[in-house]
Amino acid sequence: MQLSTSILLIIALAPLAGCLLAGFLGKQIGRAGAHSATILGLLVSCGLSFHVLYQLVWAGAANYDQNIYTWFEIGRFNASIGFMIDRLTAMMMVVVTFVSLLVHVYTIGYMADDPGYQRFFSYISLFTFSMLMLVMSNNFLQLFFGWEAVGLVSYLLIGFWFKRPTAIFANLKAFLVNRVGDFGFLLGIAAVLYFLNTLDYATAFAAAPTLVGKTLTITQSTQWDAATVICILLFIGAMGKSAQVPLHVWLPDSMEGPTPISALIHAATMVTAGIFMVARMSPLFELSQGALSFVMVIGATGALFTGLIGIVQNDIKRVVAYSTLSQLGYMTVALGVSAYAGAVFHLMTHAFFKALLFLGAGSVIIAMHHEQDMRYMGGLRKYMPITWITMWIGSLALVAIPFTSGFYSKDAIIEAVGESHRWGSSYAYFCVMAGAFVTALYTFRQMYLTFHGKERFTVVAQHGHHDGHDDHGHHAPGELAHAPHESPWVVTLPLVLLAIPSLLVGFFTVGPMLFGDWFGKAIHVEEANNVLGEMAGHFHDAASMALHGFWSLPFGLVLLAFAIQTYIYLFNPALAGRIKGALKPLWTVLDRKYWIDDVYFALFAKGSVKLGRLFWKAGDAAVIDGVMVDGTTGVVERIAAGMRRLQSGYLYQYAFAMIIGLILLLGGYWLFGPTLAVH
Amino acid sequence: MFNHLLSLLIWLPIVGAVPVLLAGSARPNAARWLALLFMVLTFVVSLFLLPQYDSARGGMQLVESQLWIASLNVHYALAADGISVALILLTTIVGILVVVGAWEVIQTKTHQYMAAMLVLEGLMIGVFCATDALLFYVFFEAMLIPMFILIGVWGGPRRVYATLKFFIYTFLGSIFMLIALLYLYHKAGTFDLRTLASLPLTFTEQAWIFFAFLLAFAIKVPMVPVHTWLPDAHVEAPTGGSVVLAAVMLKVGTYGMLRFILPIVPDAGAHYTWLVVVLSLVAIVYIGYVALVQDDMKKLVAYSSVAHMGFVTLGIFIAFMLARGAGDVDSARLGMQGAMVQMISHGFVSGAMFTCIGVMYDRLHTRLIKDYGGLINVMPWFGFFYVLFAMANCGLPGTSGFVGEFMVVLASFKANPWIALFAAFTLIIGAGYTLWMVKRVLWGEIHNPHVAEMKDINGRETFVLLAFAALTVALGVWPEPLVRLMDSSVTQLVQQLAIHKI
Repeated sequence: MQLSTSILLIIALAPLAGCLLAGFLGKQIGRAGAHSATILGLLVSCGLSFHVLYQLVWAGAANYDQNIYTWFEIGRFNASIGFMIDRLTAMMMVVVTFVSLLVHVYTIGYMADDPGYQRFFSYISLFTFSMLMLVMSNNFLQLFFGWEAVGLVSYLLIGFWFKRPTAIFANLKAFLVNRVGDFGFLLGIAAVLYFLNTLDYATAFAAAPTLVGKTLTITQSTQWDAATVICILLFIGAMGKSAQVPLHVWLPDSMEGPTPISALIHAATMVTAGIFMVARMSPLFELSQGALSFVMVIGATGALFTGLIGIVQNDIKRVVAYSTLSQLGYMTVALGVSAYAGAVFHLMTHAFFKALLFLGAGSVIIAMHHEQDMRYMGGLRKYMPITWITMWIGSLALVAIPFTSGFYSKDAIIEAVGESHRWGSSYAYFCVMAGAFVTALYTFRQMYLTFHGKERFTVVAQHGHHDGHDDHGHHAPGELAHAPHESPWVVTLPLVLLAIPSLLVGFFTVGPMLFGDWFGKAIHVEEANNVLGEMAGHFHDAASMALHGFWSLPFGLVLLAFAIQTYIYLFNPALAGRIKGALKPLWTVLDRKYWIDDVYFALFAKGSVKLGRLFWKAGDAAVIDGVMVDGTTGVVERIAAGMRRLQSGYLYQYAFAMIIGLILLLGGYWLFGPTLAVH
Repeated sequence: MFNHLLSLLIWLPIVGAVPVLLAGSARPNAARWLALLFMVLTFVVSLFLLPQYDSARGGMQLVESQLWIASLNVHYALAADGISVALILLTTIVGILVVVGAWEVIQTKTHQYMAAMLVLEGLMIGVFCATDALLFYVFFEAMLIPMFILIGVWGGPRRVYATLKFFIYTFLGSIFMLIALLYLYHKAGTFDLRTLASLPLTFTEQAWIFFAFLLAFAIKVPMVPVHTWLPDAHVEAPTGGSVVLAAVMLKVGTYGMLRFILPIVPDAGAHYTWLVVVLSLVAIVYIGYVALVQDDMKKLVAYSSVAHMGFVTLGIFIAFMLARGAGDVDSARLGMQGAMVQMISHGFVSGAMFTCIGVMYDRLHTRLIKDYGGLINVMPWFGFFYVLFAMANCGLPGTSGFVGEFMVVLASFKANPWIALFAAFTLIIGAGYTLWMVKRVLWGEIHNPHVAEMKDINGRETFVLLAFAALTVALGVWPEPLVRLMDSSVTQLVQQLAIHKI
């Protein structure tokens, strides 16, 4: 049985159609028209994605790999647009369209009063189209198209509130940092073409073994291993898109965008594109231990050190943002130890619980009238029970309490790192283990500050105040015009629908996806690297894995963190301040985000402008125009001026010149004439 | 008609300039409509090139030849291959958009402006299909006159400096080309390009001729370090002048390299490839930084043009490295195609960018970035186009700006990874200078009260921008038709590169 091309085309193009309708005819079809059109597109796309997954997994359909049209063909090089659909793709399609659909619904409530309502729907549908093109691609060209297109939409959405100086700073920053990654990525694609002479996945993967032993000449005496060069270059792309250290700086700032897109783009889907890409490229990455070590160390560093920053954040969204950075680090570590299935598995569970946490944070933000500072929250649980409970579910999954989805994926990653003997794996093991503790610290802190303890806001009644969600800037922090209340159903329904998979999806899928052969040939692992295969030996079923999890070190760390935070935030709130005072230097380091942003800004932003000015003033203006162009005209002018002075028009000067000339001529003849005459 | 299709294309707009002039300053509307009529006619005629030109066969087709100056054996010889056809189509499309774009903008001496545009169009088409070197030279030089007038009459306050700089700069280059041509004529007894291509030349001869040609064309492109006339010319030129200059006239330089350097002095070209490659990379990186710090939008886009044309020269010359060094004809074709696609794409994108700046200038009468800010609040549709073209300018896939750069980067990695490294740097710096400008012009709160009064684009402006947008996106989504049109011609050029003359 074969998947139908038209169904695949509809999956990709339905969101695009919705985007165009809402974007170009937004005024005509109105607000309801815009959200109906885009949600309909997403419903179609999501439904058919489930259909494709069903076909592949249960109805025995064969994998699909076909070109749709030729983008260019020059000699032996062919670039096409086409789809490769296997289980890995199908899983991604389901995750992307499902989360996107819920975010669309949620947006109806969240953006209800925003003047850019239609534009917002247009953007998120465009994002879904781009993301689908990325994951469904069967070649590097289309991958790059999707890669950059999601970057564009991210740029537009971070800067959605384009009047805010911080938002338009953040979107420029996000685009440029991503471009640094894409710079590596493009070179990686060029390297693939250089060695393998193709842009098509299947052909490239089939030819991948020929890379062994090949080298790239860097200088006359330096040769680099071909597979390592390709993989590291491609991974630099992933570092940009998936916000890995040191290209992670754009993601926290991206929180300037409206919360629905933080959930969809900057947590659940786009930022995981890099993880997906590396998993997809597993036949290439498996050829280079060096590149995988690099991947692992980068991921581990991010998993621990960005998580630490999350502990000192006061903005509810920023906590979740740093948590996302840390979790992306976990996925990357998994890739680095060749546990690709583990990475993709965590990608899936993370998509659910992190989207849930972001949307929950958004629900809180609505209730707090767009106040995001947790210091002015507290005790919200009685005002918004659904948000409270669902966010706890998401948090439990995030800190990996056994039986939740997050447990299965994260615990497996920690264990896989422990099993690995790759260079750097002990460092990585320390990082992911300590990271589990850190995750619990910031997560519990966030939950307590938001939902528990004393209310740290006051309700100031105001006359003539309308129940709008924007334009609350005239209040002092912590002052609300009316009491917070639970969000409308369009907001809470997605929370509930995400809470279910956050709890359950891991339990039901861990066996086949992680330890079975669920992904089939979509993911390729060399026998010697197969840590998940080793772990499969002592895996029996999901329940016993969870029960075993209660006796593991990570769970102990979570309990410890729980105890600490419960004591501080429920019983002794003053202690937090004292700890902060005692650890001031450490706190400053984290609060300043290790000064990485400051260094980048001084070095790259200001440095580039300085360099540009130097080039312009010294190169173009002084040397080329000053010396060469105007200099030449200047010389001509001076010579002309000199010549002009000779033609004074005074007879006595001419006569004088003639006499001098005559004397010189005769004198010269008298001196040299005889000698000249001899010859 | 088809026997003289190329002649028709050249002379139709030039002859059309006469009635436009006759309409006089008293009847500007008549001049506008007549100019539009002739532009559209020329465009329609140029469409006939597509069925008439057999792209599968390649080579020079639609040949016309007439003895012109018997004593010097100069012919009025025209022919077109796929590259010429693509460039002629670009010219005729831009011609229409420029006339529509200038509609209400040019209020003084409208008839003369329109006539100059028509003459310029005919001459540019002439350059793209002349196969006699002297005829090429005549068109090449004659082109300067209408552009000189366009900048000099309808230009900004420093237009005299800009026109003189523009004229003398380019004229200097042309003189060297003329000397080289005279030498070649002296040896071959003809100006026929095909004969010159098969003329045996020693390396020393080739080297001298190479540098003469290179100087002439490098100034036109323009390449670093002979590019400084371009920002000045753009800043002072009226919008239409800028659009034509960026979209079409710059391509005359790279087109000249294809027709003169590649076939006539291939060995010198191969020997000095490193020089052109280095200059191209300098254009991409160094000029990128210079563009970053411009406060005048037109200057910024002018510098960005220099950087983008760097990809064209890079693509052409790495084809030398690939065809000769590695003997990899396919990769050489990839690089060369990348250069060709980049030429067409840059025509659309830079034309659109200058049109956008013109739209803003017509409302606020300033080109300084700092005078704007928050434009999106009052001009959302304009904002849509501006962001689209900005993205095309930084090479976003799905727009035409990506296609050529992608091909050239892929091909240059084949030639030498280090070249690709510097070329790919455009991803970062290009996004930097373009989007920083977008940030300061489009986003944010309005801080200049005059900006608050700006009106969104009208129907006429929408038409022009929409046409540019459609072309940019179409080429970005499906470049294959353009690639097919030029492929046999590119292949023949590449094969020619590989032939040693000594």
